[in-house]
Amino acid sequence: MINNDECTIWYQRCFVEFLLLFLIFFPLVLACILLGIRGEKLRDIIVTTGALVIGTGTLYLLIATLGSHATYYLTNTQTVHYILFLLEIGITLFILYLCRKYHQRLVALLVCIQMAILIIFGMGSLTSGHATTEGANLFFDEFSIIMALIIGIIGSLICIYSLGYMRSYHLHHPEISDRRPFFFFLLFLFLSAMFGLVFSNNLVWLFFFWEITTVCSFLLIGYAKTKDAIKNGFLALLLNLLGGITFAGALVYITYTAPSPEYLNLSTLTTAGPDLALLALVPAGLISFAGLTKSAQMPFSSWLIGAMVAPTPVSALLHSSTMVKAGVYVIVRFAPVLEGQFIGMLIALVGGITFFLASCIAITQNNAKKLLAYSTIANLGLVVACAGVGSHEAVWAAILLIIFHAVAKSLLFLCTGTVEHQIGSRDIEEMNGLFVTMPKVATMMLIGMAGMFLAPFGMLISKWATLRAFVDASPPLGILLVLFLALGSGVTVFFWTKWMGKLIGYHEEKKNDEESVNRSEWAVLYIITGLVALVAFTFPLISGTILEPYLISAHNATTESLDKLLFYDDLIIILLMLSLIVVMPLSLYFFRHAWKESYRKVPRYVCGREALSPHSFTGSIGVQKEMGLSNYYLEDIFGELRMLRIGDLCTIALIVLIFAALIGMVV
Amino acid sequence: MSYLKKSPWILHYDASSCNGCDIEVLACLTPLYDVERFGIINTGNPKHADIFVITGGINEQSSVVVKNIYDQIPSPKVVVAVGICAATGGVFRECYNIKGGVNTTIPVDVYVPGCAARPESIIDGIVAALSILEEKRKAMKKGETPL
Amino acid sequence: MDLMHILYGVSFILFGPLIGGIIVGLDRKLTARMQGRVGPPVLQPFYDIGKLFQKERIAVIYSENFWVIAYLIFIVATGMIFFAGGDLLLVIFALTLAHVFLIIGAFSSSSPYAHVGAQRELIQLMAIEPMVILTAVGMYQVTGSFFVIDILAYGGLLIFVLPGVFVGFLYVLTFKLRKSPFDLATSHHAHQELVKGLTTEFAGPTLGIYELAHLYETVMLLGFVYLFFGANPLTGIIAVILVYIIEIFVDNATTRITWQPALISAWIVTIVLGGLNLIGLYLL
Repeated sequence: MINNDECTIWYQRCFVEFLLLFLIFFPLVLACILLGIRGEKLRDIIVTTGALVIGTGTLYLLIATLGSHATYYLTNTQTVHYILFLLEIGITLFILYLCRKYHQRLVALLVCIQMAILIIFGMGSLTSGHATTEGANLFFDEFSIIMALIIGIIGSLICIYSLGYMRSYHLHHPEISDRRPFFFFLLFLFLSAMFGLVFSNNLVWLFFFWEITTVCSFLLIGYAKTKDAIKNGFLALLLNLLGGITFAGALVYITYTAPSPEYLNLSTLTTAGPDLALLALVPAGLISFAGLTKSAQMPFSSWLIGAMVAPTPVSALLHSSTMVKAGVYVIVRFAPVLEGQFIGMLIALVGGITFFLASCIAITQNNAKKLLAYSTIANLGLVVACAGVGSHEAVWAAILLIIFHAVAKSLLFLCTGTVEHQIGSRDIEEMNGLFVTMPKVATMMLIGMAGMFLAPFGMLISKWATLRAFVDASPPLGILLVLFLALGSGVTVFFWTKWMGKLIGYHEEKKNDEESVNRSEWAVLYIITGLVALVAFTFPLISGTILEPYLISAHNATTESLDKLLFYDDLIIILLMLSLIVVMPLSLYFFRHAWKESYRKVPRYVCGREALSPHSFTGSIGVQKEMGLSNYYLEDIFGELRMLRIGDLCTIALIVLIFAALIGMVV
Repeated sequence: MSYLKKSPWILHYDASSCNGCDIEVLACLTPLYDVERFGIINTGNPKHADIFVITGGINEQSSVVVKNIYDQIPSPKVVVAVGICAATGGVFRECYNIKGGVNTTIPVDVYVPGCAARPESIIDGIVAALSILEEKRKAMKKGETPL
Repeated sequence: MDLMHILYGVSFILFGPLIGGIIVGLDRKLTARMQGRVGPPVLQPFYDIGKLFQKERIAVIYSENFWVIAYLIFIVATGMIFFAGGDLLLVIFALTLAHVFLIIGAFSSSSPYAHVGAQRELIQLMAIEPMVILTAVGMYQVTGSFFVIDILAYGGLLIFVLPGVFVGFLYVLTFKLRKSPFDLATSHHAHQELVKGLTTEFAGPTLGIYELAHLYETVMLLGFVYLFFGANPLTGIIAVILVYIIEIFVDNATTRITWQPALISAWIVTIVLGGLNLIGLYLL
C-alpha cells in the first residue's frame, strides 16, 4: 500500500512538473507557429484554441496542486544555464543592433554595462566553484499559482481580444504596416516568459525571463514603428535596463559572498537565517529596485505612460497580467526579507508616495488610457508599499490587490479599447452618455470601476488590510504611509466617480453604437466582467485556500494571526452589501415600467429657459445657445508636471537613500 | 394628514416688476415677519416649490419663462400673483411689450393687490393659498388631473 | 456581535430619523433665534419630509430615483453597521459608497446646476475622506480595534489621547452636515448660488428620500463624536450637544468659501492635526 501511495505521489509530482514546463513551452511553441502564419482565419483558430489551452492548463494546475505546499523541481540542469547564458548574449546583441539602427547611445551603454556585469557573474560562478549550481530551479507555491492564473486566464483572454481589435486597428490605421504575425508572436512569447518568471526559483533563470519581458514590452510598445512609438519603446527599455543592471548586480553579489551556490535560489535566499540576513538583504534591495523600475514606480513612471502609444490590448496586457505585475511580484517575493528593515520601509515609502501622487495626477487626465495608466501606477504603488512593510498582513493585502487590480484593470482597458474604436476617441469628455449609446460596454465599465474603488468590491478589502498593516508597521514611517493611503483613497474616489458620472449623465435618445463590436471582443469582455464579480464574491475562498497557506509557509504566520485578517461579521456584511448591489439594478429593471407611468417627465432646470437637448438652451429672442457640461480637472492644484516633479524629487531622494544604505551594508 | 399646509415652500419670480413688490416679498423673510414660523422657505428652485409667487406684469420675454417654471413645479401647486402689476399689468398694462397680468400665461389662484403689496397682505395671500393647496392635494389624491 | 447589538442596529432604522429630525428641528429653531427670529416648529423637518412624499412624482430621468434610493439604503446600512458595533473602516467605506450613489444620481440628470453640485460634492468627499479614515486609525491605535463595540469598551476618554484627531474630525464634520462655510455642494439652507446644487433636480418624493437619508447620516456622524467621549454616556451626550451647538454657531457666523480653500484647508488640518496626533501616540 505504501508503495502504491508513494507511486501516486511520484506520479503526481511528475505530472505537475510536466504542467509547469508545458505552460512555459506551449506559448513559446505557439508564438513560433504564429510568426509564420499570415492567414487571418488560421490565426484566429490557433490563437483561440491556444489561449483556451493555456487557460485550462492554469486552471488544471490550480486543481492539481490544491492543498500541496511549495514544491521544487529540476535540480540538476547545468546545460540549461549555458543555454540561457547564450540566449542572454543573443538578446544583448539584438538590442545593440536596434540601438545602432535608431541611434540610441544611452541604451547601448546600459546594455553593455549589464553584459559586463553578467560576464563578471559568469566568471565568478566558474572560478568560485559555483559552476555546478545545485538546488531547485523550477518551483511552484500558492503565490506562483495565483500569478499563473492571472497570466493564464487574463493574459490569454487579452490575446483572444486582440484578434478582433487588431483587425479593426489596421482598418483604422492604414498607415501602419500590418505586422500581426510578429505581434501575436510577441504576445505569446510574453506569456511564456511570464510563466517562466513566476515558476523560476533560480534567480539566474528568473533574470533571464525578466529580460525577455523587458524586450517583449519594448518591441510591443514600438509596434506601430511611428516616431512616437519608437521613442517610447526605447524609454521603456532604458528605464527597465536600469533595473536589469541592479538585478545582475544582485546576482554578482550573491555569487561572490554566499557560502554556497544554493543562495542563488529564491527559496533559500528569502528564508536565510538571521546570521545571513545581510546576505539576503542586499540582493533584496537591488532586486526590489529592479522591481520598482519594472512596476513603473516614481521616478520611473514615465515609461508606462509612454507605453500608451501601443495598441490597447498591449496596454491591457502590460497593466494587468504581465510586465508591471512581474515588478511587484519580485518585491512581494522578497517581502519576508524586507520586513522591519530600513530598506523595506524606504521602498514602502516610494510606493506610498507613488500611490498618492499618481492618484492626484489621474484627476487631471481626460484621456481615458492615461487615467487608467496613472491609476495602475498608483495601485502598484500600494502593492509596493505593502511589500515593503512586509508583514504577513501587508503581503495578504498586496496579493489581493494584485488579483483585484488584474481583473478590473484589464476589463477597463479592453472596454476603453472597444469604445475608442466605436466612437473614435479616448477622451472621457466624449464618453458622455455612453450608457445610452453603448449600454453593455458602459455597464461593464461601471462594474470595472466599481471593482477598482467601491466598497464591497475587492479593493476595499485590500485597502482595509493595508491600513491595518500600515498602522502596525514600524512608526513613525507607518503613519506616513497611513497618511498617503488616506489622502490617496479620497483622491481615487474623485477621479473614478466623475468618470462614472460622465458615462451615466446625458440621455438624449440616440442610436446604438455597439452593434458592430466583434464577437470575440464581446466574449472576452463578458468573461472578464464575470471574473470581476467572481473574485468579489469568492475572495474569502481565495484567501482561505490559497493565501493563508502561502502566508503560513512563506511568512511563518500563525493561524491565530490569520484569523484576524478577516472577521466573520465583516465578511457577512460585505457579502450582504454585494448582494444588495447586485439586486438593486435588477429592481430598477423591475420597477422601470411602474416608474415610467407614475412619473411625469420634466426638462432640466435652466433658469426657466427651455432646454430640450443637453447641448443647448433657448436664450432670449429664441436664440439657441450652446451648452456643455465638463468635469473638473483641478489642474491648478494637481497639475501633472507639478506632481511628477514633486514625486520624482521625493522618490529619487528615497532611492539614493536605499543605495546609500545598501553600500553602507556592503562596506 | 396633510403636511402641505405646514411646509409650503415658495418660489419667487420677478416677471417684470419694478422691484417694489420683490423687496416686500423678501421682507417677509426678515426677523420682523419671519415666515419660516409657518415652515415657509424661499427656495430658488421650481422642483422644490409648492407656491409660485410672481411679482410684476408678464412681458413677451418672461411669459415663456413663467410657463416653463410653472411646468417644472410638481403638483399640487398654487400661483400667487403679488402686486397690482402681477394681477392686471398695473400702470404698465398699456405698454407695447406687456401682455398683462400673470393670468395671461398661467392660471392664478390668489391675487395680492397693492403697489407695492404690503408684507402683511403677502403673508395673508400665502395663507389663503395654503387651503387651495390642500384642496388640490385632495383632488389629486382622488385621481383628478392635478393643475 | 451579539443579538443585543444587532437589535441596536435594527432600532436605528426607526429611531435614526426620529432623533435626526428632532436634532435638525432644534437646529433650525436655534439658528432662527441666533438671527433674532422665532423660527419654525421643532417638528418642521418631519412636516417637510411628509409633504415631499405627498407631492407629484416628477423626474428629468427615471433612473435618478434609483440612485437616490440606493443612497438611502446604503446610508441606513452604514448606520446599522455603526450602531450594531461593527467595523469603523467598513462604516467609512460604505458611507463613501452611499455618497457615490448620490453623486451619480445628480450626474444622471445632466443638469448644469446638479452637475456643478456633483463636482463640488466630489471635492468635498475628497477633502473629508482622509480625516475620517485617520479618525478610525487613531481609535484603532488607542484601543487596538476598529470595532465600535471595542472602542466603546475601552474605558478611558479618547478625547484626551486624540485631541488633534477630534478637532480634525470636527473640521470635516462641517462638510458632512452641509453647514457653512463648507456647504459648497448643497446647503441645508434654502437659497444658494447654485440654485440647490446637488439636489436641484430631485423633486417631491425623491427629494424626500434624500432629506430622510440626511437625517440618518446626521445621527450617525454624531455617533462618531460620541465615540470620543464614549466612556461615560453622560459626558458623551453632553459633548455631542455641545459639538452640534458649535456647528450651528459656525454655520451662522461664517460665509461659504470656494472649493480651493475648502479642500486645501481640510487636507492641511488632516495632515497637521491628524498626522501629528497619530505620530504623537507612538511617542507617548
